[in-house]
Amino acid sequence: MTVTPGWYMTLAAVLFAIGLLGILVRRNALIMFMCVELMLNAVNLTFVAAGRALGLIDGQVSVFFVLVVAAAEVVIGLAIIVAVFRQRSSASVDELSGLSG
Amino acid sequence: MIETILFFVLAATSLAGAITVIAARNPVHSAMGLLGTLFSLAVIYVVNLAHLVAAVQVIVYAGAVMTLFLFVIMLIGVDKAEERDETLPYQRQLVIGLAVITCGLAIALATGSGFRWTPAAPAAAQAPNGTIENVAEPLFGEWLLAFEATALLLTIAAAGAIALAYFRRGAPEEVAE
Repeated sequence: MTVTPGWYMTLAAVLFAIGLLGILVRRNALIMFMCVELMLNAVNLTFVAAGRALGLIDGQVSVFFVLVVAAAEVVIGLAIIVAVFRQRSSASVDELSGLSG
Repeated sequence: MIETILFFVLAATSLAGAITVIAARNPVHSAMGLLGTLFSLAVIYVVNLAHLVAAVQVIVYAGAVMTLFLFVIMLIGVDKAEERDETLPYQRQLVIGLAVITCGLAIALATGSGFRWTPAAPAAAQAPNGTIENVAEPLFGEWLLAFEATALLLTIAAAGAIALAYFRRGAPEEVAE
């Protein structure tokens, strides 16, 4: 029994689905952020597995760009969460209803 | 054979970590679960000959990003209990149904028909070895413009984070001097 690329795709798809589930059911902004990281990592796994199966190094180069975007996103996102927490003393997204009519 | 065993062990640990992220009540436990997932994926990258990507994964994700997460969790406070009641009707049932369908389709895709890619160019005979030299060559050659763009993105992100932390409501005039 050998590991085929489809197995890695399955693992990535399940990880992505778990991340999506977390985004939809959790309301702590920090946990939602961690779920975004989980989904980005699932995509990175598909890049690496596909690059290996196709014999291309470009899959691993793509991972670097995803990593950079993820790092920038974490920096800005956590700064926004802290800024919101300073004003409202809460990290729950349900309480951020200032724009609802 | 060894790769099969490694795959099942690492898939189990990464999925356990991912489930911890979305199920734990304490945000610190969620962060630890994410850390386990990130380490498992780093080992999977090594199995797939992506050595540099694995090292960067541990250094950047498990090192820098998780430290930042834990720092913010401690800043915000871990003792705040999150309300678990859903305000939207049928939200939880719908979401769980969606997740089950997605996972089922993924598993059917892998186990049912033979999953394969159609390469645009004739595929290389063996898997690429992800050493620093092999990864850096396209990164600083073919993808140089994208690389410069990411440098610009990181600079903008750093400036934006400082601006968000520096300028507060009521005090921008004093700071601007």
